Amino acid sequence: MHIAEGFLPPAHAIAWGAASAPFVVHGVRSLTREVREHPESTLLLGASGAFTFVLSALKLPSVTGSCSHPTGTGLGAILFRPPVMAVLGTITLLFQALLLAHGGLTTLGANVFSMAIVGPWAGYGIYRLLRRYDVPLMVAVFFGAFVADLSTYCVTSVQLALAFPDPSSGFLGALGKFGSIFAITQIPLAISEGLLTVLVMRLLVQSSKGELTRLGVLLTRKTGTEAVAR
Amino acid sequence: MKRGTKINLLLLLAVAALAVLPLALGLGDHKEEPFTGADAEAETAITELDPDYEPWFSPLYEPPSGEIESGLFALQAAVGAGALAYYFGLRRGRRQGAARAQEQQGAARTPGHDGAEGA
Repeated sequence: MHIAEGFLPPAHAIAWGAASAPFVVHGVRSLTREVREHPESTLLLGASGAFTFVLSALKLPSVTGSCSHPTGTGLGAILFRPPVMAVLGTITLLFQALLLAHGGLTTLGANVFSMAIVGPWAGYGIYRLLRRYDVPLMVAVFFGAFVADLSTYCVTSVQLALAFPDPSSGFLGALGKFGSIFAITQIPLAISEGLLTVLVMRLLVQSSKGELTRLGVLLTRKTGTEAVAR
Repeated sequence: MKRGTKINLLLLLAVAALAVLPLALGLGDHKEEPFTGADAEAETAITELDPDYEPWFSPLYEPPSGEIESGLFALQAAVGAGALAYYFGLRRGRRQGAARAQEQQGAARTPGHDGAEGA
């Protein structure tokens, strides 16, 4: 989903930067508040950032015969709500833009918008929706992570189609083109990300019950039966 | 093996299968260069849609070779994996320490009913 350096016209680059900036600023505020009010959550915050770091470094082959990578933003969005992921995702994207020539500074705004804002919000939204209808935790986590991953790549496709509409078929034609590059490639990877996020959440349920309860991921009324696991 | 561990292993196996299947089934065979990055394919698509487009900014730093680049990607994954391993290791150690302390206390007193959540 990395739009390469210089590959968005200046007007688009500025517009996406302006759209992303308030989310990142708001994210920094909620992150500092979280750390100040609950210093004990720093570790888990670090782990969520680490998860994004690992997953966005893994380039996996896909059914379309090309490679892409998961985003890892669903986990942190489910645990700490999406604003925090706006920051952690931006840090990951900055690392890749500066050291790996992957993505770029001029396209950072657009990439942050897709991976660190829309992805986490969409994934979190699905997760909350499913939880409201009493869908089991791990199923909701799977679809949360799946949607966070896939929606990121859909946004990238829209961003590129807006900047480079097809000369004959216009925006929709270009959207089909970029969508077939990004979105279809991403479906199996989004499944992988969903499964890995479920795996980490299972380990967290085992190891960090108190933390998950405080964050509202585990409901207090459900903890009674699991006294042995401690 | 415990049931939970089995499920975790199955999850990992499924992820591995999803990654290996496209390679095993030769799904990249129709391409000149199989399994290139989708990001690079998007760049190609851009130059097809708008042949006149010139990237107006280039990366400040570019890894001088594929080896250096893959090394940096491995570094990124290693840093992340290391931090995750630290987290889970620390949690496990704390849990074991707490359990041991409880045992020692329990040896001194008669064991009461469980349910005191030490969160």
